[in-house]
Amino acid sequence: MAEAVIKLVNITKKFGPVIANSNVSMEVNKGEILALLGENGSGKTTLMNMLSGIYFPDAGEIYVNGKKAVISSPKMAFELGIGMVHQHFKLVDVLTATENIILGLEGRLNKKEAKAKIKEICDKYGFDIDPDQKIYDMSVSQKQTVEIVKVLYRGANILILDEPTAVLTPQESEKLFTVMRNMKEDGKALIIITHKMHEVESISDRVAVLRKGEYIGQMMTKDTNAAEMTNMMVGRTVSLNIRRPDPVDPKPRIQVEGLTVKTIDGITKLDNVSFTANSGEILGIAGISGCGQKELLEAIAGLQPAEKGSVVYVNDEGSKEELLGNDPRRIEELGVALSFVPEDRLGMGLVANMDLADNMMLRSFRNGKSIFTDRKSPRNLAENVVDELEVVTPAIETPVRRLSGGNVQKVLVGREIASAPTVLLTAYAVRGLDINSSYTIYDLINKQKEKGVAVIFVGEDLDVLLGLSDKILVLCGGKVSGIVDARTTDKNTVGMMMTKIMEEGGTKENESI
Amino acid sequence: MFDIVAFIPRAIVQSVPLLYGCTGEIITEKSGNLNLGIPGVMYVGGISGVIGAFAYEQACVKSGNFNSVLAVLIPLLCSLIGSLIMGLIYCYLTVSLRANQNVTGLAMTTFGVGIGNFFGGSLIKLSGADVPSIALAKTSECFARKLPFAANMGWFGKIFLNYGFLCYAAFIIAILAAVILTKTRVGLHLRAVGESPTTADAAGINVSKYKYFATCLGCMIAGLGGLYYVMDYASGVWSNDAFGDRGWLAIALVIFSIWNPLVGIFASILFGGLYIVHLYIPTGMDYMEFKELYKMIPYVVTLIVLILTSMRNKRENQPPASLGMSYFREER
Repeated sequence: MAEAVIKLVNITKKFGPVIANSNVSMEVNKGEILALLGENGSGKTTLMNMLSGIYFPDAGEIYVNGKKAVISSPKMAFELGIGMVHQHFKLVDVLTATENIILGLEGRLNKKEAKAKIKEICDKYGFDIDPDQKIYDMSVSQKQTVEIVKVLYRGANILILDEPTAVLTPQESEKLFTVMRNMKEDGKALIIITHKMHEVESISDRVAVLRKGEYIGQMMTKDTNAAEMTNMMVGRTVSLNIRRPDPVDPKPRIQVEGLTVKTIDGITKLDNVSFTANSGEILGIAGISGCGQKELLEAIAGLQPAEKGSVVYVNDEGSKEELLGNDPRRIEELGVALSFVPEDRLGMGLVANMDLADNMMLRSFRNGKSIFTDRKSPRNLAENVVDELEVVTPAIETPVRRLSGGNVQKVLVGREIASAPTVLLTAYAVRGLDINSSYTIYDLINKQKEKGVAVIFVGEDLDVLLGLSDKILVLCGGKVSGIVDARTTDKNTVGMMMTKIMEEGGTKENESI
Repeated sequence: MFDIVAFIPRAIVQSVPLLYGCTGEIITEKSGNLNLGIPGVMYVGGISGVIGAFAYEQACVKSGNFNSVLAVLIPLLCSLIGSLIMGLIYCYLTVSLRANQNVTGLAMTTFGVGIGNFFGGSLIKLSGADVPSIALAKTSECFARKLPFAANMGWFGKIFLNYGFLCYAAFIIAILAAVILTKTRVGLHLRAVGESPTTADAAGINVSKYKYFATCLGCMIAGLGGLYYVMDYASGVWSNDAFGDRGWLAIALVIFSIWNPLVGIFASILFGGLYIVHLYIPTGMDYMEFKELYKMIPYVVTLIVLILTSMRNKRENQPPASLGMSYFREER
């Protein structure tokens, strides 16, 4: 019989007029991995924040190991053995891994002893970190490892992982899952929040579903499937097939020739990249993260200076214009729209402290003849975006930073699409989005394609890339390792191409995958 | 000839108020509070000490006893309490009420200077002096007492031993601050609070407590700079506005010393020297019109230093990441 280590009874939490959780009751058992599912803004993170002492519930009770507990601070949560790995890492950049791990503990500072203990934890569960490395030198997955070790160092028996795989490559995710299974074997209880259904199916034992702050129900993972879970999350039947209309009258729109981009430090990010993006087609871009995707889009949008090569924009009449070295504003006028969703989501494109309408205005403030800005149309646009993309927000006047991550993203993508582009550049448009919103976005992109827009879609999920794109360009270490027809190729081929150049370089990257 | 043995001690006494201000502000900024009120705090630290000393000297005149230990302790305590109150006001406004730190800091400076000049003016009236200043010669004599054997040790004594106790305290406090910041758990936590309060909070560190504590402690240290200036440097003579712009220089020094109190020691001695270098210009070059230009040197150097320091790109040498920002846990 499973032993409940955490029991939530009628938990309610409000932020002003917004109800984040209402009457949630659920249990977490020892030695199991529970997947917490729900759409963006359904209150998963808020609920978990109450377990980790960041927020305090307005009503309801929490029982830990059968005893009633009042978790009023993160410290208390640690004492009860609850540790949370947040979606946005809580690490101090200028400190080392060790310093971050022991942060907040009492007693004399003894880094040597701490390092020994960290090593012990790493060996036990199969982590790999350098305790003396500074956080700012680390990759996203290393940072996450530090977070998990931090929690384990404090002796946590209940681990909460908030969208741990949102920023990881498939290989890194797989590594994480191995570690999670090790922890489960060790008798720890794990709660994972994720939007990726195949991950839920492969890692979790049980799923619990939240919808609009309410607890909907739970199932054993082995007895259910992706479609059923999605329906439960959304509250109605959702089709999980991505539509791929045939391109209508494709004509070259963007011609990239021998594009080479270097960073300020002289590292080559793009090496002799050439391709053509057609109107009315979706060109998918696949590659392990950091292989030059960002630089490619930025170079096209005029935000990134290039070493050599050319990017030519061809309009409907066939006349050409060189985009490289051109003013980003002129490029924008040609109809090139860039929506890039960075890891922290708010980094580019939106201003956190401004409300929805004002953020819409970032694109349109130059319009109009009067010296005063036109506030009415951005307002209308904001209302449209909220309506069409089902953005959960108390009002148009709410600052963007108050919205949950997925909703922020809908606002960004919605705005870019609304500018009626001729070329739509989008990167990680569905990063961190729940399944329903993701499909809304795919749909929007498809509509743009049908309008004759040339779409360049940088994606992480190969299944999506294969289902949505017409052609796929595979980047590997800044080089094009091939352009394939998405209709006839398969996942393995693309996966191989993503790592091809690494093999040639003689590193045995594949063994760790 | 440039008289180095005479120059160094003068540079050092000039540097002490700067060093106090700099150390205090480093500790404060490490907690993420950008206290631009430091000039005001140092002013209040000075005048509070003057008030204490004035009261004690007046009482002594009546009773006839003068105890030099009390003559030091009373102004010292008054000065610490005065600057502590300034720190508490600043913290209450910026930490508890989350007011804008820059605005609050600037207001504190205006307020502190105003308080100083108000009480200074009042005391001048009370003392009935015919010059616009108060002289606290007896108290100052206690504060500025040198090591007894300094006079017998030649140039070594002149350069290293010829100072009042507050001067040595400034250096000791700076070294202690450096050790605590880098070697202890309290220091680690404080740095975390200044870098990323969300992280610190999630790690179970009481962010508000650390901010209050560091800022108040920083203010008390800075206030001692004001006290040293009046009691030791200015030989117990308070006149309004005499403290000048040392408070602002101290804040600039924090950036110069890349938030490291040990660098702060050398930086403040350098600035102390620059502050008075115009007095040591060899004869023949010290035309009046040039003299004013020489006086500009510390400010010009400050500007150059600010430009240079903004160019370095090592992450450890950057200001605390959340400097100047208020923290509210449930803010998303």
